[in-house]
Amino acid sequence: MVSLKVNGQTLDVDASPDTPLLWVLRDHLNMTGTKYGCGMALCGACTVHLDGTATRSCVLPLQAALGRSITTIEGLSKDRSHAVQKAWLEIDVPQCGYCQSGQIMSAAALLKSNPHPSDADIDAAMSGNICRCGTYTRIRQAIHRAAQLMDSSA
Amino acid sequence: MNATLAVGGGLVLGVALPEKSGRSAAASIIRRAAGGSADTQLNAWLKIARDNSITVIVDRSEMGQGVYTALPTLIAEELHVDLDVIRIVAAPVGDAYNNPGNGGQITGTSNSIQDAWEKLRLAGAQARIMLTSAAAKQWRIDPSECRAVGGAIVNTRGKTLTYGALADAAAREAVPKDVPLKPRAEFKLIGKPRARIDTPGKVDGSAEFGLDVKLPGMLHAVLAQSPVLGGKVAALDSAAAERMPGVHKVMVTDGGVVVVADHFWQALKARDALHISWDPGANARLDNAAIGALLRKAAAAGDGLVARGDGNANEALKGAAKALQARYQLPLLAHATMEPMNCTADVKPDGCDLFVGTQVQQVAQMTAAAAAGLDPSKVRVFTTLLGGGFGRRLDIDFIPAAVLASKAVAAPVKIIWTREDDMTHDTYRPPALEDMYGAFDAAGRLTAVKLHVTSPSITERMFPPVKGVDDSVVEYAINFPYDVPNYLLCYSRQEIGIDVGYMRSVSHAPNCFAIESFVDELAAAAGKDPYEFRMALLQHKTRHQRVLKTAAERARWGQAPAGRHQGIAFMVGYTTHIAQVIEISIEAGEIKIHKITCVVDCGQMVNPKIVESQIESGIIFGLSAALWGEVTISEGKVQQTNFNNYRVLRGNELPLLDVQLLDSDETPGGIGEAAVAPVAPALCNALFRATGKRLRSLPIAPQARPT
Repeated sequence: MVSLKVNGQTLDVDASPDTPLLWVLRDHLNMTGTKYGCGMALCGACTVHLDGTATRSCVLPLQAALGRSITTIEGLSKDRSHAVQKAWLEIDVPQCGYCQSGQIMSAAALLKSNPHPSDADIDAAMSGNICRCGTYTRIRQAIHRAAQLMDSSA
Repeated sequence: MNATLAVGGGLVLGVALPEKSGRSAAASIIRRAAGGSADTQLNAWLKIARDNSITVIVDRSEMGQGVYTALPTLIAEELHVDLDVIRIVAAPVGDAYNNPGNGGQITGTSNSIQDAWEKLRLAGAQARIMLTSAAAKQWRIDPSECRAVGGAIVNTRGKTLTYGALADAAAREAVPKDVPLKPRAEFKLIGKPRARIDTPGKVDGSAEFGLDVKLPGMLHAVLAQSPVLGGKVAALDSAAAERMPGVHKVMVTDGGVVVVADHFWQALKARDALHISWDPGANARLDNAAIGALLRKAAAAGDGLVARGDGNANEALKGAAKALQARYQLPLLAHATMEPMNCTADVKPDGCDLFVGTQVQQVAQMTAAAAAGLDPSKVRVFTTLLGGGFGRRLDIDFIPAAVLASKAVAAPVKIIWTREDDMTHDTYRPPALEDMYGAFDAAGRLTAVKLHVTSPSITERMFPPVKGVDDSVVEYAINFPYDVPNYLLCYSRQEIGIDVGYMRSVSHAPNCFAIESFVDELAAAAGKDPYEFRMALLQHKTRHQRVLKTAAERARWGQAPAGRHQGIAFMVGYTTHIAQVIEISIEAGEIKIHKITCVVDCGQMVNPKIVESQIESGIIFGLSAALWGEVTISEGKVQQTNFNNYRVLRGNELPLLDVQLLDSDETPGGIGEAAVAPVAPALCNALFRATGKRLRSLPIAPQARPT
């Protein structure tokens, strides 16, 4: 039994230390917002924040997550009030939606470290997140919009 | 309204401002509603509760194409309620939910709106009239003194009864026939770019996909499948696996070996500890070379079945002053939905609950029933959101193992396919040979075109029997739009030993690749501009010409800056007319795709914002396939396993997309798949203009290097 800090709470987990954080979150902690797409850090669907840094949870063993502060899509805000979520709603980004938790977490991490990203910055930060529905145009628009929202509430 | 205590001690009422998006908390998806007793069901698609909450039962599966928004829009329009107040729930299995165009309760063929266009508006209107009737009776006045507004019936004296108060009485009213529907000019919801109903759950992680289903006492399972497609278990040593932590059961099924454990990760590790001998079966030596040889042999054996014969193309080809022919080749493709295949089954002695992202509810029910040894009526199907469909979830191969495992362990079981499982055990888009022939007379007129398609038949496997030519192999080609006095479309069926499946646009993409590439080759042979050549062959086809002309003008056809080259392609399919122009340049030997212009006439649109997003979606899907899409088989095993060796377009690789939707009064056409098909030929046509090299097979990347 180990303790994990997720979304500001300390939670007890009984899983083998090599269990990827993704499956700890989904199966042991019942947080299914973080998705499985590839298991090899190729698609970005599993993106969480580890001490504020965007991290692919499918290749992060539980052992390596101990003592770190984990934020999942569920913990990004209450009631969808994070600027990225507001922008995503305003622009109606998702289609099937399966990749979107990962997209949002990657975008939120980008904006935290770079509040005014250029298109090239967005390309570089988001290229690890695949969307098979092709929502890329709206993802980019929404990141710019989220930056504006963050500016206006600063 | 929020009430807050002001510092001075009085009560201050604050008004909560609506979210910028205008969404209310009421708009949401209800999971697995068993049916509240307070709900009155007015028809197959509509429930109204005492508290006036309105639930639309959506009978098509949501895989991103927007049916969870568009279908309720049709009902809401005639029910005179806004989208914001509607909750939705996925329909159970039911004949009322059949789509006659698909032969059952099936989401596919881009025809959900076409099927629902009148049907759901009528259902909304009938319900509205029944509610009005019930109110009029209660007030003892004539229905003409009542109107439906804002979820209530209001009379000329200012009295109001909510739909919720009237629902029970309304359900007892006779269902009116001959109900007039609103004309287009009066639409409040239809045709407007409204926000999607399912977006909120998709931005906060609460939306439930098949992979997310949780039931009390649920166990997790994985399936070990034969590496060679179609192989079977010959011998199994599961002793080590069974001893591993969390493992409940290991069992052999037709589909492979199932490992059931407390948690997914435990099941996966236990699977690694299995020792399985496989009987590879008939495909042990199968590879792309063998598949190619099978198709070429079949193509050479004769024309096969005629799907369309105008005039006598074979004769005209023989007598031609100038004749061309070209063979186009299309590879196997993987669906690669973001959410891999999965299924959750809860089998009890007297019934089975199935939780699955499926496009075929009735087939899923029958499949589960057969696996569980139950009558289909005992199987309830709960359709979740689909993390991508693209036709993959028309198949049901991921259902039996979950049902068998649940039955064996007497607990709910969720089976998950890894990305590798999914990619190596897909029901692939079939390969095809497309042999095109064309003939000009001495005056330079195009007198004949022939297309001979050679490929497996998906329908023969999935929905047999097929009478004559399988419709799904001759799409677009069957509607060949160009004015040619002699046109022959024929088909030779050749199976290749593995299961093939429907993939977004099905045969529109292969046939459009062949036809629209070959039309460019014909234009070049005639010394004509490809756009002008097409327009001249579309005389009197107003919709076709309008779309093609608008695309050419919007893309500034013929006026590309120096160093840039354009390619054009057209298609009519799903009763939608679509044209694309792709502009590229070659820089240091690499292809750079600058811009894709797409003009669409898809008739009336329920939600133009969703339509536009579907077009962009289809273009990107088609572009991934055109550039890199290819499944290779060696010794019966698929070589592609994950996104590192099956490449798909990423956000930083996107060209500029410019989509224009044309206004039209025509009835709605399909849009979920149409934009996929013109991409490859438009791109190859541009490449020819840039390099003089004609590519007749896909994918492009091994033959050229795109940036």
